[in-house]
Amino acid sequence: MGNRCAVIGVGQTRYQTRRRDVSLAGLVREAALRALEDAGLTFADIDAVVIGKAPDLFEGVMMPEAYLADALGAAGKPVMRVHTAGSVGGSTALVGASLVQGGVHGRVLVVAFEKQSESNATWALSTHLPFNASLVVGAGGYFAPHIREYMRRSGAPDHIGTLVAVKDRLNALKNPYAHLRIPGINREMVESTPMLWEPIRYLETCPSSDGACAIVLAAEDKVTGTPAWIHGTAMRSEPIMLAGRDVVSPRAGRDCAADVYRQAGVTDPRREIDVAEVYVPFSWYEPMWLENLGFAAEGEGWKLTEAGCTALDGDTPWNASGGVLSSNPIGASGLIRFAEAALQVRGMAGEHQVEGARLALGHAYGGGAQFFAMWIVGSSKP
Amino acid sequence: MREVAVVAFAQTVHTGHDTGLAEPELLLPVIDEVKRATGLKRFGFTCSGSCDYLAGAPFSFVSALDAVGAWPPISESHVEMDGAFALYEAWVRLQHGDIDTALVYGFGKSSMSDIREIMTLQLDPYYLAPLGLDQVSYAALQASAVNADRAALDEIVRRSRADGRANPYALDLPDPAGDEFEVEPLRPYDVAPVTDGAAAVVLAAGDRARELAGRPAWITGIAHRAEPHYLGMRDLSRSVSTAEAGRAAGVGKGPVDVAELHTQFSHEEPILREALGLSGDVVVNPSGGPLAANPVMATGLIRIGEAARRILDAAADRTVAHATSGPCLQQNLVAVLETSA
Repeated sequence: MGNRCAVIGVGQTRYQTRRRDVSLAGLVREAALRALEDAGLTFADIDAVVIGKAPDLFEGVMMPEAYLADALGAAGKPVMRVHTAGSVGGSTALVGASLVQGGVHGRVLVVAFEKQSESNATWALSTHLPFNASLVVGAGGYFAPHIREYMRRSGAPDHIGTLVAVKDRLNALKNPYAHLRIPGINREMVESTPMLWEPIRYLETCPSSDGACAIVLAAEDKVTGTPAWIHGTAMRSEPIMLAGRDVVSPRAGRDCAADVYRQAGVTDPRREIDVAEVYVPFSWYEPMWLENLGFAAEGEGWKLTEAGCTALDGDTPWNASGGVLSSNPIGASGLIRFAEAALQVRGMAGEHQVEGARLALGHAYGGGAQFFAMWIVGSSKP
Repeated sequence: MREVAVVAFAQTVHTGHDTGLAEPELLLPVIDEVKRATGLKRFGFTCSGSCDYLAGAPFSFVSALDAVGAWPPISESHVEMDGAFALYEAWVRLQHGDIDTALVYGFGKSSMSDIREIMTLQLDPYYLAPLGLDQVSYAALQASAVNADRAALDEIVRRSRADGRANPYALDLPDPAGDEFEVEPLRPYDVAPVTDGAAAVVLAAGDRARELAGRPAWITGIAHRAEPHYLGMRDLSRSVSTAEAGRAAGVGKGPVDVAELHTQFSHEEPILREALGLSGDVVVNPSGGPLAANPVMATGLIRIGEAARRILDAAADRTVAHATSGPCLQQNLVAVLETSA
């Protein structure tokens, strides 16, 4: 894992449908300046900048890191641009951390963003490579069959997805940056919304958001302010077209979790991890990932959700921030998970703080549930 | 830093036209080749570079994983940049000390699109892209700024194309001829050709590298730097980011036998030579360089591969590789490769 590395600054924009008041550069700069302010630093203190976002087709700017270098104070410094599909926000944090863990840099600024209002994401996700078949279904259409298969295997009752949709939006009401803050959110409201992709209803999906998230990472001798120490990092990928791969509980996710738990010394994630920020873009992915990540036995994840274990006051809170279901600037969504995990162990999560959180998991996935990025952060040194 | 070397390099026989192969089909043979060369079937880390806009579709790197054989699942990442920057990420990852090998690849098919217009979309979308400035036009601004001697540029193209004809992987392009301009002062042959291709490199650390190659090409320095995006904020006749990356990589600490430079236009060679402090007797782009084969997103990685190959093959003792990204050499990576770590 290399040298010790800590998150010493977190900055987020308010996530919303359209940020007409800022350019792409203005958006990322807003998050970056807030992260620097949190760390008590300026751009001059930063050695390298790592930028992440999902497909460039979302904004129509090819490799925008070139254009964004100026706004992020990166002139004269190394800039990297990461793209690993939906997991990219998480991967971007890991690439930034790697620069510190490898002893190459002392302080790294990591920024991820999406300005989804610039285009139509479902369209941008539906075009296909030359010589390849197109599903023309967007993300929801792709994942709905995986969810139905989970329901068939586990025998989970139909309302579990609704519970997640309500729980995450209740949490979002405590997060000032969250996009969907729906007063009076309840099961009836979710169940009254249109069915988009059976069994996913409108309020069981993530929104399309504009927003950016930034973190400052530091080597041990460069730590300022309140650190969240990195206890483990892992990435795993598997091929989308592999016949026989289990799309309901992908092996890449299980392997990635096993790797990051081993590094952090975690043997019983449900007991030892105080709060988890997990990439749940469609409500049913909470029970599915509870099992994939080893918080519940196979077929048992939905029972934790139903029993309220994953609520903010439950025994294993998931997505205290409101999660991807409440804010989804796609390229940033993974980094927001990683950043919120850091905020929790720094004790700086505000109203959605999980009392006494000392160890937290950040998780992101992407592509056809085939790319995974995870880290575990803690309040004490590893 | 931990000792890391290039131990294997493979590239496609690049073509100036679409041969009907999809990206994974381009990649599979070169990945097989580096696996055979090293005997490795699994790697501690895998990293690739590609660009969605070349394929005109999101996630062009996703199907590439099919060629890697990523099962059981692998520790893997991707940069939306040239494969040279993927190699940098892999080099950093090897510094952690817990893994000893890494696979790096880059691929691109510029035959399927108009790269000259696509590159316009890389510019600031509010103030620059709407001007419609295409890649050759902004390169021509830089060529004007550097004010290179026409005979010298012609000689660079003549030499590159002759070297390319001698390189079985590069295109067969005729000696430069004609006096029309593409965009003044650039002639059509000053512009790197449309090319489809892919490349793969295996990195290994310490004793693992010594086991895998007789003469590992040790990366004794590697660094990259960006400059401001706006052309008006830079002195286009110079490349300060290349100079700074070259200093950080230690180019000047010893004699350079060969330099493989990511010159997408002939006038970039004198700019880069000056920035790296390469004297006139340093052999530049003996492979023919990008002016003889430019598979976008693999071109920079191929520079590192070609510079390493000369050490692996005992044709040189100390080589330099350069890769670039962004308009008018905005961001530059420099690596120094040597026979001893």
